[in-house]
Amino acid sequence: MIKLENVKKVYPDGTEAVKGITFEINEGELCVLLGPSGCGKTTTMKMINRLIPITEGHIYIDGTDNREMDENELRREMGYAIQEIGLFPHMTVRENIATVPTLKNWSDDEKEERARNLLNLMGMDPDEFIDKYPTELSGGQRQRVGVARSLGADPPIMLMDEPFGAIDPITRDRLQDEFLKIQNEIQKTIVFVTHDINEAIKMGDKVALLKEGELIQYSQPAELLAAPKNRFVRDFVGSDRTLKSLRLMKVDEAMKESPRVVKEDQDLESVGQIMREEGVNYLIVVENGNKLKGWINREDVEEAGQGRVADAMVRDTEAAETGTSLANALTVMLERDVANLPVVDGDNNLKGLLTFNDLQSLIGETYTESGGKHPEVSK
Amino acid sequence: MRRRIVLVILLSIFIGVTIWITEMGSLKYMEPKTYTDIGRQAWNHLKMVGIAELLAIGVGVPLGIFVTRPGMKKFATPIVGTANVGQTIPSLAVIAIMAPILGYGFNSAIIALFVYSLLPVLRNSYAGINDIDPAIIESAKGMGMSRTQIALRIELPLARPVIMAGIRTSTVICVGTATLAVLVGGEGLGKIILTGLYTQIPLLIVQGAAPTAALAVILDTLLGGFEAAMTPRGLKKG
Amino acid sequence: MEVWQYINSHWVTIGSWTMDHLWLILVSNSFAVFIGVSLGIFISGKGREEVADTVLYLAGIMMTIPSLALFGLLMPLLSALNLPSLGFLPAVIALILYGQLPILRNTYTAIREVDPAMIEAGRGMGMTSRQILLKIKLPLAVPVIMAGLRNAVVINIGIATIAVFIGARGLGVPIFRGLRTSRTDMIITGAVFVSVLALLVDGLLALAERKFTPEGLKK
Repeated sequence: MIKLENVKKVYPDGTEAVKGITFEINEGELCVLLGPSGCGKTTTMKMINRLIPITEGHIYIDGTDNREMDENELRREMGYAIQEIGLFPHMTVRENIATVPTLKNWSDDEKEERARNLLNLMGMDPDEFIDKYPTELSGGQRQRVGVARSLGADPPIMLMDEPFGAIDPITRDRLQDEFLKIQNEIQKTIVFVTHDINEAIKMGDKVALLKEGELIQYSQPAELLAAPKNRFVRDFVGSDRTLKSLRLMKVDEAMKESPRVVKEDQDLESVGQIMREEGVNYLIVVENGNKLKGWINREDVEEAGQGRVADAMVRDTEAAETGTSLANALTVMLERDVANLPVVDGDNNLKGLLTFNDLQSLIGETYTESGGKHPEVSK
Repeated sequence: MRRRIVLVILLSIFIGVTIWITEMGSLKYMEPKTYTDIGRQAWNHLKMVGIAELLAIGVGVPLGIFVTRPGMKKFATPIVGTANVGQTIPSLAVIAIMAPILGYGFNSAIIALFVYSLLPVLRNSYAGINDIDPAIIESAKGMGMSRTQIALRIELPLARPVIMAGIRTSTVICVGTATLAVLVGGEGLGKIILTGLYTQIPLLIVQGAAPTAALAVILDTLLGGFEAAMTPRGLKKG
Repeated sequence: MEVWQYINSHWVTIGSWTMDHLWLILVSNSFAVFIGVSLGIFISGKGREEVADTVLYLAGIMMTIPSLALFGLLMPLLSALNLPSLGFLPAVIALILYGQLPILRNTYTAIREVDPAMIEAGRGMGMTSRQILLKIKLPLAVPVIMAGLRNAVVINIGIATIAVFIGARGLGVPIFRGLRTSRTDMIITGAVFVSVLALLVDGLLALAERKFTPEGLKK
């Protein structure tokens, strides 16, 4: 979708801001350009819509060299959102969102419909907000309208320059989550500039890490954490990269699928036998097919001696929903002081079991510099 | 640099034109004014402006500051409001109304000038202090400065450029109004212009107008330099 | 009480002086706005910082020259060009010149001070320079330009009074004649009418300024 080929930027004063970068962004992918300030990430992004002219090399959009396109037409085909938002204060939310549609001469009805749809998408009630002016909005709302505006004419590509940079951490976290959901629906090809490693890992399908105008590593975030190419990447990613990778991985990826289960009316003797045979101290109790009911451990089984599972089990159990990050699951385990955590779906159906041992070995893996792998890393 | 060049060119034109006309033998049926005449009227002009402006500063600055003091704010609205409205009133109207009240003469001309010059000085003195970020005053209080210390060390230095700008505006307006003060018995370069107008001799008008323009530009430039010198370094832009 | 009598018996004449005065202001400020805004837009362009500085400096010097002196300097200049050196024309020219600084400076400053983030956003969305000027910069500058116009008009109402010395008609006439003939009633009538006119127009323009402020910019 977007292909950069040996792209260079040299300013008239001789500064080499970008020193020959080559990489490709696939359709529907969110590619984060990451790096410390002055690394050339924003310059690279702005060369894509030619806000900054390219000195050397080529950028192809869907196979067409972007220098062969009219620059204004080019920009109207790409959404553009910046940290300062830059909402026009003399225009209503409606007019702001309809900026590019207006440039493209859409009809009023089309613009109205588009603005309302986008506000809905952003989780803002159109009736309440469409006639408001930017000064009447909170910081988070402005940021949302800014993103809505960049989606105005439904461009296939979006360029976002630290779009959540100017808001408080809590709101930023929420906006990131919301935006990921939206991206799931709209599947745009996105170039996302940030200096925040956590944001990059959270948002990116791919991360391009830049340093002094050079592309140091271009990979999926998990690989960036697990297999940093060199010292710079390692330092930039930070010493807590294991924790970061736990944040990135889901319980689904680390759990044992279809663990052994028992039912409430099973007698304890047979359960004790299963435990001995399997060599486990912990079993999950389910009912009605596969609904999670609780758990039972070896000590309780042996103490009770006889009876049913229902008499010795623990009913009030912690569980992690599928999709929860490993970091959150780990927090629960540490807080509740449990070594096992059942994983369920939204309807409380048992999906798997996460054990502290599995987590530990995973952490151990990422600590070995060379070989950390996890299921999603393909390369 | 460019500004300097523009300034020098303009002043050369004004002064050159004055010299050229003064050196002429005759203007229609009248003699041109001599250098002495022009010098004397320029001096009178400066004297009127100087006295009126000093009075305006002496009254305007303390009064403007006074109405910003705690407890005095109730006087601020009527006093500053009057100053604002007063500035909207044309200078000729103020001069003309003063004539029947004060009578004709040099002194009443000065009083008329004083009244009109007072307004920008008063307004800027008030605004200079009133517009200081309350957070600055708050932090000064928080560090234990007394009211006097705040006034002398914080408020006055911060307001100084604004007050100076008011004085500069006021002086420039005063130079212009002084040409009209001749109508109520004042002296100054306006007299030469008016004589030219009454006798319908354009060159005589210019002989008064050119040095007046030069005087205004020179005074404005000097006060501009003074204003820059009075601005605390931290408040200067760039 | 003489003043009252004077107004009573001369209200038609006073009315026509007022109309003349307003006409002079209307004509000169229309030109002043046109020239000032165009020039202001021009000098706010990229790479014209030096030109802008010089133009604004000149306009500033213009303002310091006393109006009576400017009228005096204009007279021989106009007659050298074979144009009428007395009456309406020189008055209009002088008023256009005096109206320049507030309008020019405000246009220039307002355009230059538009938040760069907005221009960046506009460019990034594919607006042409022209669209950025017309859709972003100018609308945002309108209230500031209006404030400049208001300032210019108030200054010019005062200067138009003085233009009576070079033969322009207006509310300066009764003041000037009254001063020459020591007629207090005429002086006061002229002074009061022109003052009230200035305050009224100032107030009206303040309202217009508010009205022309884009909704989202109102506090």
